[in-house]
Amino acid sequence: MKLHEYQGKALLRKAGLPVPRGEVIFTAGEASKTLQTLGLEKGVAKAQAFTGGRGKAGGIKLFNNATEAEQVSSKLIGMTLVTHQTGPSGVKIEAVLLEEQSKITRELYFAVTLDRAKANIVFILSPDGGMDIEEIADKTPEKILKLYPEWGKGPDDALLKQAASFLGLNAGQATQFGDVARKLYDLYVSKDCSLLEINPLAVNDAGNLILLDCKVTIDENALFRQTDTGGDPDAEKDPGEIEAAKYGLSYIKLDGNIGCMVNGAGLAMATMDIIAHYGAQPANFLDVGGSATEEAVTKAFEIISSDKNVKTILVNIFGGIMHCDIIARGIINAVKNTGLKVPLVVRLEGTHVEEGKALVNASGLDIISADDLEDAARKAAKTVETAKV
Amino acid sequence: MAILIDANTRLITQGITGKAGLFHSQKCRDYGTNVVGGVTPKKGGTTVDGFPVFNSVAEARKETGANATMIFVPAPYAANAILEAADAGIELIVAITEGIPVVDMLKVHHALKSKSSILIGPNCPGVTTAGVCKIGIAPGPIHKPGKIGIVSRSGTLTYEAVHQTSQLGLGQTTAVGIGGDPVHGLSHVDVIRMLNDDPETEGIVLIGEIGGSDEEIAAAYIKEHVKKPVVGFIAGASAPKGKRMGHAGAIVDGNAGTAQSKKDALRAAGVTVAETAAEIGRKMAEAMKR
Repeated sequence: MKLHEYQGKALLRKAGLPVPRGEVIFTAGEASKTLQTLGLEKGVAKAQAFTGGRGKAGGIKLFNNATEAEQVSSKLIGMTLVTHQTGPSGVKIEAVLLEEQSKITRELYFAVTLDRAKANIVFILSPDGGMDIEEIADKTPEKILKLYPEWGKGPDDALLKQAASFLGLNAGQATQFGDVARKLYDLYVSKDCSLLEINPLAVNDAGNLILLDCKVTIDENALFRQTDTGGDPDAEKDPGEIEAAKYGLSYIKLDGNIGCMVNGAGLAMATMDIIAHYGAQPANFLDVGGSATEEAVTKAFEIISSDKNVKTILVNIFGGIMHCDIIARGIINAVKNTGLKVPLVVRLEGTHVEEGKALVNASGLDIISADDLEDAARKAAKTVETAKV
Repeated sequence: MAILIDANTRLITQGITGKAGLFHSQKCRDYGTNVVGGVTPKKGGTTVDGFPVFNSVAEARKETGANATMIFVPAPYAANAILEAADAGIELIVAITEGIPVVDMLKVHHALKSKSSILIGPNCPGVTTAGVCKIGIAPGPIHKPGKIGIVSRSGTLTYEAVHQTSQLGLGQTTAVGIGGDPVHGLSHVDVIRMLNDDPETEGIVLIGEIGGSDEEIAAAYIKEHVKKPVVGFIAGASAPKGKRMGHAGAIVDGNAGTAQSKKDALRAAGVTVAETAAEIGRKMAEAMKR
């Protein structure tokens, strides 16, 4: 779950880290009062969106007084921000962070994240902050340093010394950096982060470190105990994805025209891949999971069918914990409820496969049966091809 | 021979009084696994369907001589269940539970460094030595004793590979689902090493997916050490960047962990890469003839 900049900064501030004075507003009318509370006259208004490149796209504006703050906020709130990361459809801005403007002399990069191969927390550092880390990695990989604090202990003096020297910090800044690094490490663990990215970690005109922008992502598996981060787990999901989650289904909408219903994440991906292999495109990822009920299967079928791009539905089930007869009943129910407007290809294998196939056959519905994964993908791709002609 | 589990495996189930825990304990017993009991705190002294229930893993081990455990404990408590099993000296810990926080798994990973226990999973289907012993949730009947070793991050793709190799008469020695989480116990390379050393295993299927670098690390090992034929399959070539595809670990971050980079690494190591999941068995049969 991604946090907005203002939510992330609230966590950082609470942890005692130096972030600029600021406050979020959701309507332009709040600007004047908010600035008064903050004791700010001029400053910067930052559109809150899960994307980089906000500045270039016009999502960050300066203001000199409360009237200007209100003007820029009213332009930002409700606008659709299109950046190099959002794609052409952009993202709608619903909130603006009003913040004091920091005069800065340097921009550094500091991220805390997981190194999967090492099964350890990693610090990623660069003296060239302010741009995407991918860009630094591409152009000047020698300007990136990875350091591994010892699990359970956090960064020690030797690691901090190495980091400060790599970043080119003076003695005072190095001490501040040590404090920042230790606090970020603790925050990463205590808040179940999967990413804590400070970019830039800036040096201001007084020579002090300040955390100017942040990207914070919380581990979705830990949301049961991370209930006060302010984040919205559904913020980036499409309505179908939110609806699916209620039934324990894992659904991701894609751009193709073959709707898929599969059990297991790996097989669901492999089903998308094989559809693409035979020249068609998957309309979605959908894992019904291992313990779905008949009702959830019916729901899954309805969600797939409601996607207007879907020209064919492919059901691919390898029953393990999931029983094929449950899938069959769910599909038959769904078709009886909503009708079947597109070709339906079904491949069943594994636990209770005979019962499942018998139900499908007895249903009298116009279902295209497939013998195996290959047969299923070929038949599904063919229906789409025929439809084109 | 096979690897990890055999006729000497004595299994307990942590969370045996839960619906899934009991159901799969029964299925494992039906398959022939020696399921010697289970653990549910505060329910010690009772029995469920003939399985004696204990309050702790230590007690269960003392009373039953258990040397393996499968964990169905809910995600918020699962990490502690793994640590409890390790503290009790259980040799093989198979964690089926899905949804354990990464920070909890980091804690487990570092704690296990000083223990002798082997961890498989979490978020995995378990391990099956065909015809002999099954730990976990895989459908038993699709397995046929034979000569192929299988290692996979995905449950249903494991079944797919097992089914195909059974249908083609190759059969399996041991199939291991290592799980779909970013921080986990045995990795591809660990299992490949075991299968390579196992005289009964004549061919190896490696199934990976987008995210992380487990497959690349395994490829480097295969290139150096493995003479047996290896068939690889990587799921997720058509998945969009930056989206988590069901499994917590299945995500392409920036340009790292793509299906293409994994396939390239495997090919460079001499592995036959199956282009679709439907041809895993066929490719294995072809590779065995060479």
